[in-house]
Formats: sequence, structure tokens, C-alpha cells
Amino acid sequence: MLTLKNNAKTSGHIPGWAAGLLTGFLFLAAGALRGEYTVIFRKAVMICLECIGIG
Amino acid sequence: MKRIRLTVQLLYTIITNGYAYGFLNGKIYQGNLKYVCVPGLNCYSCPGALASCPVGALQALLNRQGYEIPFAVLGFLFVFGSLMGRFVCGWLCPFGLLQDLLHKIPLFHKRKRLPFHYILKYGKYAVLLLLVCIGSWFLFGGSFAKIPAFCKYLCPSGTFFGALPLLAANEGLRSQIGPLFFWKLGILIGILCLSIKVYRPFCQYLCPLGAVYGWFNRFSLVQIRWEKEKCISCMACQRACPLDLKPEEISVSPECIRCGACREACPASCIHFGKHQ
Repeated sequence: MLTLKNNAKTSGHIPGWAAGLLTGFLFLAAGALRGEYTVIFRKAVMICLECIGIG
Repeated sequence: MKRIRLTVQLLYTIITNGYAYGFLNGKIYQGNLKYVCVPGLNCYSCPGALASCPVGALQALLNRQGYEIPFAVLGFLFVFGSLMGRFVCGWLCPFGLLQDLLHKIPLFHKRKRLPFHYILKYGKYAVLLLLVCIGSWFLFGGSFAKIPAFCKYLCPSGTFFGALPLLAANEGLRSQIGPLFFWKLGILIGILCLSIKVYRPFCQYLCPLGAVYGWFNRFSLVQIRWEKEKCISCMACQRACPLDLKPEEISVSPECIRCGACREACPASCIHFGKHQ
């Protein structure tokens, strides 16, 4: 089993940034499976009235 | 270093907000790049924006029915944060660039921090928790629809990069301006005026994205490394640091935006950019 450490000079350990990156890619894949990018896209291609202080 | 950073900031801002047609016609880009988020705070209602704002996208996912975890945006934040930490704030955020430029105006006696900094610096965590998370997940608008509370009530980046250019070019939107717009405009003007005197007040005290990326600073790939054994303790780095960080706080502190001012100031060359080991 991989052990997460910030300072990973010992073989067998993965550095914190690599663990974070891996987690990030897993989350991105989970988001894709759940169709979350479509939600983001739909929001982003309409003028966000809240963002511009109207809605 | 300062020139390089300014060039990177300008180029990044121009490239990620390169939809010139939008500025001319008061419309926004609607292409496929908006499926993905940019690293910095960049309103997706900016007429030039080519991709999505991570804070806006996070709230859009939290605004869905039910209480689901917003994996996609967490994924973007983990990827950008693990690679760069708050390097994003120092080098890639358009609103950070705007505050940097305003701070160069030779008016007022410059300050690095506000009074009560040690309390106020937690403001960004409060904004993240109360406005971005709780505000978007649990609070409801008048029609029982969840609201993106940060974008609606606070975000000055949305007002500057989104509202002002859109309203300038789009008469239909201009006719709908109400009290909420003036509330947000007041916040924007307050922050911009404060930026002339204090270094990046929004980033230091209010930005939820800074709060997230600050958490990654300690272990992100991009680091500023301080070699203690070479240090001559002259504190030139702390004097040069716009955030007044001590040498041992450089890079690992959640406040460090990796601007590189300390590296440039160090006479012993014991501070340099590097990757995490």
C-alpha cells in the first residue's frame, strides 16, 4: 500500500503533490461519469445575472 | 523576475479572455472550452472568457437539487492546487493582476497588510465556507432555487470583468440594473481603492480560491525553496515580500503567492524556485 508523505525521498512513498494530482484526476473522472461538466457548461454559456449584479 | 511575472500575468489574462467579439457585442463565448475551468478567478460572464471560473462552477454544481459532492470542480482544484498551489494567485489570476497594477500607483503610503491582519486573514476561509459552500448548498433564493451566493453578493471580479464590459455593450442588460448591482459596484470600488494602499486586499482577506490553493502550498509541485544553511539572516526577503512573510514561512505559508520577490532580493542566493522533493 502506498504511504503518502510530504517529503518522499524513500522509495515506495509518493509525494503529496502526486497524491493530490492523482486524486484530482479521479475526481475529474467521477465528475465526467456523473455528467457534471454539462451542468458547468450550461451555466457558463448563459450570461450569469447573479455574477453581473442583476439577478 | 517582476517583468517576467507581469508578462505572464498579462499574456495569461489576454489568452484566457481572448473572445474579442464578446466585448464588442455584449455577448459571451458559448463554445466547448467552457466545459473546463481555468485555474484563477475569472468570471465566465466576462465577454472575453473562454473557459469557466472554478468558484462559479463549484457553486453551479452545489446549486443542483440534492446535496451531491461537486467532483468535477474539486478535480480541477486538486490538479491545479497540487501542481502550483498559490502560484496560480501570483502568476495567473486576472483579478490579482488588476490589484498588482493598482498597487503600483504612487498614491498613499503603501502597506503590506491591514490592521488586525492575523484575524482578518481568516476572512477568506469564512467566505469559502459561508458564501461558496453553505450559501450555495443550503440557502435558498426567493423562488426556492439555490443561489450562487459568492457570485451574487461579493465577487468583485465578476463585477469588473463581467458586469462592466457587458453592461457597457448591452443595452438590454443595462436597463435591468438595480440595487444589487450598486451593492456589488460598491464592493468593487472599495476593494480597488484599498488595493492602491494595501497589497492585494481581496487575495489576502476574501478570496475563496486563495483559501483553497493555500491549503496546497505546503506540498504542491512548484515550490520556492529556502536553504537555511546558506541564509545570512539579513531579512532582505521579508522586507521584499509583499505579504511580509518570514524566510521560514516562504512557500509553505498558505499566504505565499510565489511571486518570487524574496528570490530576487536575497543577496546570498539561498532562495530559488524549484520542485517539491
